[in-house]
Amino acid sequence: MRYSGFRVLKEALTGHRGWGPAWRDPEPQSDYDYVIIGGGGHGLATAYYLAKEYKQSRVAVLEKGWIGGGNVGRNTTIVRSNYLLDGNEPFYEFSLKLWEGLEQDLNYNAMMSQRGIINLMHSDAQRDAYIRRGNSMILHGADAELLNQKQVLEKYPFLNVKNARFPVMGGLLQARAGTARHDAVAWGYARGADQRGVDIIQNCEVTGLRIENGKVLGVETSRGYIGAKKVGSCVAGSSSKVMAYAGMRLPIESHVLQAFVSEGLKPVLPGVITFGAGHFYCSQSDKGGLVFGGNIDGYNSYAQRGNLPVVEDVIEEAIAMFPMLGRARLLRSWGGIMDMSMDGSPIIDKTHIDGLYFNGGWCYGGFKATPASGFCYAHLLATDTPHETATAFRLDRFRTGNVIDEKGSGAQPNLH
Amino acid sequence: MIINHPILGPRDSSEFVYLGDATLLKRPDWQAEDAAEQFYDYLHTRDNPAGLHRELWYHEQGDRSWLVVTRDTVTHEITKVELARDVARTGGSA
Repeated sequence: MRYSGFRVLKEALTGHRGWGPAWRDPEPQSDYDYVIIGGGGHGLATAYYLAKEYKQSRVAVLEKGWIGGGNVGRNTTIVRSNYLLDGNEPFYEFSLKLWEGLEQDLNYNAMMSQRGIINLMHSDAQRDAYIRRGNSMILHGADAELLNQKQVLEKYPFLNVKNARFPVMGGLLQARAGTARHDAVAWGYARGADQRGVDIIQNCEVTGLRIENGKVLGVETSRGYIGAKKVGSCVAGSSSKVMAYAGMRLPIESHVLQAFVSEGLKPVLPGVITFGAGHFYCSQSDKGGLVFGGNIDGYNSYAQRGNLPVVEDVIEEAIAMFPMLGRARLLRSWGGIMDMSMDGSPIIDKTHIDGLYFNGGWCYGGFKATPASGFCYAHLLATDTPHETATAFRLDRFRTGNVIDEKGSGAQPNLH
Repeated sequence: MIINHPILGPRDSSEFVYLGDATLLKRPDWQAEDAAEQFYDYLHTRDNPAGLHRELWYHEQGDRSWLVVTRDTVTHEITKVELARDVARTGGSA
C-alpha cells in the first residue's frame, strides 16, 4: 500500500479499516542467498538496498527481539556529516544525501528535519580546529559555516557569552544537518524491504554460525538452522558476541551510552546544539522534550543501563550551557550498548571466512550513518568490493596502521 | 558502582579512571619473532565478554593505585578487587 494524503483522507472517511500491517511476519525459509544478522536500522537498510539497488532476492533479516527495540530506538536522533578525515567525511556526506531523499524513497514519513547543528566554540584553539574541520567538510562537498558570537546569539539568544566559565565565542554550523524520527526510520526501512520481498524474521536469535572449510554455510538460530550463501553480521553493540561464533576477536569493546529526555517544553531550541567545553549535545523533539546526551559511561558494559556519575556529568553540562533549564524535569533516561572501536571509526568489510561479512564498530555515531551503512554494506555483499565511500573502513586497518582516528586519542575506546 | 578497594575500603567508582581489560598487564616481549603480531593483538583486539570481566581501574582521586576489578558486564556486579601490583607479581592477569 502506498501512503499519501489522499489515502489518509480516504481512510479517515471509511473508519480506518484499510490500513494493513506495514510488514509481514513470515516463517523462516530453510535457506536464503543473504542472511543479515540484526534487524536494527543498519540491518534493515542493508536488506532494503540489497533488494532495491542491487536487485537481490531471497534476503532475510534476523532480529532477536522486535524491530525498533535496539539501538535504533535508543539514540538521540541526530543526523549530520561534520567529520574531518578523508576516510570518514565522504561516507557521512553520502549518508546525509541519502537522508535528504529518504522519505520520498521509502514513501514513509521519517520526520527528517534539517534544522541545523551548531558546535559551539569557547577558545581560540577550538575556533582554529573548527575552521579546519569546516574546510575539510566543504572540500568533500558538504556544507559548513563558521558563525561568530553575534550570529550564534541570533539563533540562541539565551547563551552566555560574557561571564560563564566557558563563554561562547561562536560556532560551526552545518545547516543541512538535523534530526529524524528514529523509530520511523526503522519502520520505513522494514516496510520498504518487506515490499521488495525481504523476509523480516523477529524473535529469532542467532546462536551460532555453521562454517566448514573456511566457508560459511548458514546460521543456527533460536528458530532452527537457516542456510545462507552469504551472512552479514550487523549487530553493533553485540558484535564481539556474534563474531566469536566464527572464532574472531575484534578491535572492539562494548560500552554503555546513556540518553535523556526532559518533559515537554515550549519551543526553545531551534536546532541541534553541542557544548564545546565538554561533550554534550541537545535538540528539541517535535513533542517538545529536550533530547540530550553526553559521554559514554567509560567501562565495558552489556547492561543497557548506565550509572549516576555520568547522569550528573551530563546534566552539569546542560546547566552550564542553559542555566534556564534548571527547573525542567527529566522525564526518562536509558542506555544503549555501543561497539566502541579502537580508533573511533566503523568497520564494513569481508572477513577471512568466505561468505561472512562484518559491519560494526559504530561507536556512538551509528544513527546518522544508517542509510550509507546499509547502502555500502549492500554494495559489499552484492559485489564483494567496497563502496567507493567506504574503502577505509577495513577490518585489517588496525594491523596495518591505517587507523581513522578523528580525535587522535589512540587505541583507547572510552576516549573516542 | 562501589569498588571495594583492598586498602581503602569501599570507594565510589567515580574516583577511578577505567583503562580496560586486565590482559594489558601482560605486555608482549618486543624481541619475540612475532612481536608485531603480538603487539597488534595486545593493543587492538579484545575478548569483550558479556559476563565476568577482569579490568584495570586507576584510583586517580585516591591513593593512585592500580586495581584489577572482576566485574560482570551484564549486571555491573563487582565480585573481586585486587591490587594490580599483586596480580602482576603472581604472573599476570590470565
